[in-house]
Amino acid sequence: MTNDIIILPLVVHLFFSILLMFFWNKVNFQKIVSVVGNAVALGVAIWVFIFVYNNGTYIVESGNWSAPFGIVFVGDMLAVTLVLLTAIAGFAVSIFSTISVIKARLRFGYFSVFHFLLLGLNGAFLTGDIFNLYVWFEIIIISSFVLISIGGEKNQLEGAVKYFALNFFASMIFLTALGVLYGLVGTLNMADISLKIAEVENRTLVEISAVLFLVGFGIKSAIFPLYFWLPASYHTPPSAVSAIFAGLLTKVGVYALIRVFALIYGGDSFLTILLLTLAILTIFSGGVGAIIQNNIKKVFMYFIICHIGFMIGGLALYTEIAMAGVIFYLIHDIIIKTNLFLMSGLIYRIKTTTNMKKLGGLYANYPKLSLLMAIPLFSLIGIPPLSGYWPKISLFLASFNAEEYWLFGALVFGSLITLIVIAKLWSEVFWKDQPQLDFPKKFIYFNQLRFGQKFTFIFPVAFLTFVTLYIGFGAEHIQQLSQRIATELMNNELYINAVLKQ
Amino acid sequence: MEIILAIITGVLYASGVYMIMRRSMVKLILGIILLGNGVNLLIFLLGRITKGEPPIIDSAEKVLEGVYADPVPQALILTAIVISFGLQAFAIILVKRTYKVLKTDDLDQLNTTDEDS
Repeated sequence: MTNDIIILPLVVHLFFSILLMFFWNKVNFQKIVSVVGNAVALGVAIWVFIFVYNNGTYIVESGNWSAPFGIVFVGDMLAVTLVLLTAIAGFAVSIFSTISVIKARLRFGYFSVFHFLLLGLNGAFLTGDIFNLYVWFEIIIISSFVLISIGGEKNQLEGAVKYFALNFFASMIFLTALGVLYGLVGTLNMADISLKIAEVENRTLVEISAVLFLVGFGIKSAIFPLYFWLPASYHTPPSAVSAIFAGLLTKVGVYALIRVFALIYGGDSFLTILLLTLAILTIFSGGVGAIIQNNIKKVFMYFIICHIGFMIGGLALYTEIAMAGVIFYLIHDIIIKTNLFLMSGLIYRIKTTTNMKKLGGLYANYPKLSLLMAIPLFSLIGIPPLSGYWPKISLFLASFNAEEYWLFGALVFGSLITLIVIAKLWSEVFWKDQPQLDFPKKFIYFNQLRFGQKFTFIFPVAFLTFVTLYIGFGAEHIQQLSQRIATELMNNELYINAVLKQ
Repeated sequence: MEIILAIITGVLYASGVYMIMRRSMVKLILGIILLGNGVNLLIFLLGRITKGEPPIIDSAEKVLEGVYADPVPQALILTAIVISFGLQAFAIILVKRTYKVLKTDDLDQLNTTDEDS
């Protein structure tokens, strides 16, 4: 059994998504199965993580075809860490979905598609073959199209059309890049490409394929000129769906960028300048976008964009310290962004709105809950010793060492604007008096729920907050882990030797 | 042969991107289809075109010798075609639903998501 342990996270999600299809109309049963499935997936992910942590990079060759010819699944530290984070976020969101997503939506196979989405994410993280990566990306986007349009409300469909068009376009660009790259090196295995790309004489075409990859992944991860679909679509589906999108879908784009640029195009000077410029502009535009928004969901969406810039900037520096910072930031960001959208769902359930102008008095009504929500918000700013603080040290240090003062300035600006916006949000939502509102009568308010239902609402938020606290207070472990991943990323030979068994 | 395929690929890309940028949602679907075909042809072209040399090993030999057509791009294209079929089918249903709900085919009218709520 331990021979193929790496693909177990995929098998678990595939099994549960198919199982859920057999209970299409039994929504209540589906809820239980899905939560159990995600708990199993979390257990498996922890097992895989510990296995790889102790034994080093582990690969599975599909159909026993050896590496450059067959498709391989590579469980290196970066991949299994992200699989673990996916499992944590998926577990929290599945619990939150059972209570916050209405039955009319759940009846259309919500949970089944949700497991397919997680399957696609795990596959994208684990695969070592670039065409296989494309296929997993397609599984991710097809599932996300269904999740974003399920329910068919007016603004949801509008968001879905924009989301669909841009993501499809991104996939096509990715496929184009892949075609060009295949034409140059004649192989699809990422480790093999990494070896052969150095021998290619036509460097212009190599750079063209790199820029095409950057555009394809850039649309998915919402970097500067390509992010406009994100604020137009991410707030339209239910909060549980937004949470999984915010936490993981943009991050899978960042993961693909890290993987492709570290392994294939490492240290190309033209790309470094391009990535650096884009990172600075992403931080600025995301930050400025966040400050003018009034809807808390939209504020959080612009934070996604702003903080993607942090990671891209670190990737552009391409030193070991910077990469450690990027990986730490990625770990912190997945958990925190998922949690922020779950919180916005919780606030909506309490107050029937997510507009800051209409919100207020949350601290007076729910002091304990407000304190719970304060932890992720403060972690997002990076108040020491919470989780956002530690990766920023590495990123600041790396940008200072590399004498990239524009990036340094952008990082400071991004952190500062996060602080300002969170301060504004805190005073508007939690401290301000509740403005007079005409509340809809049919709405089921949070305080009308039974204890068990309240618990189901709060548990995922508390669970993710606990994980955030662990990342903050157990920063030493996470920093060691990030440094180990960064070393693996900077020394390609480790990955290549493991895959090609040289 | 290569030059013709290269021109066709370019035309398909250009027309696909042009159609995606139009305001009508039906044209969006047409653009998606054209672009998908353009990408498939590009992969086919970049896999080097070899005429009349199927990659089949004779029963007497153990390895493939001489010039042969690369089978990998064809496998890639087959996968990509299937995936884009699925996506196009979804796109058509999505656009139809959107048209029913919003009573418009104009992408510029899809702006209620930008309002604060």
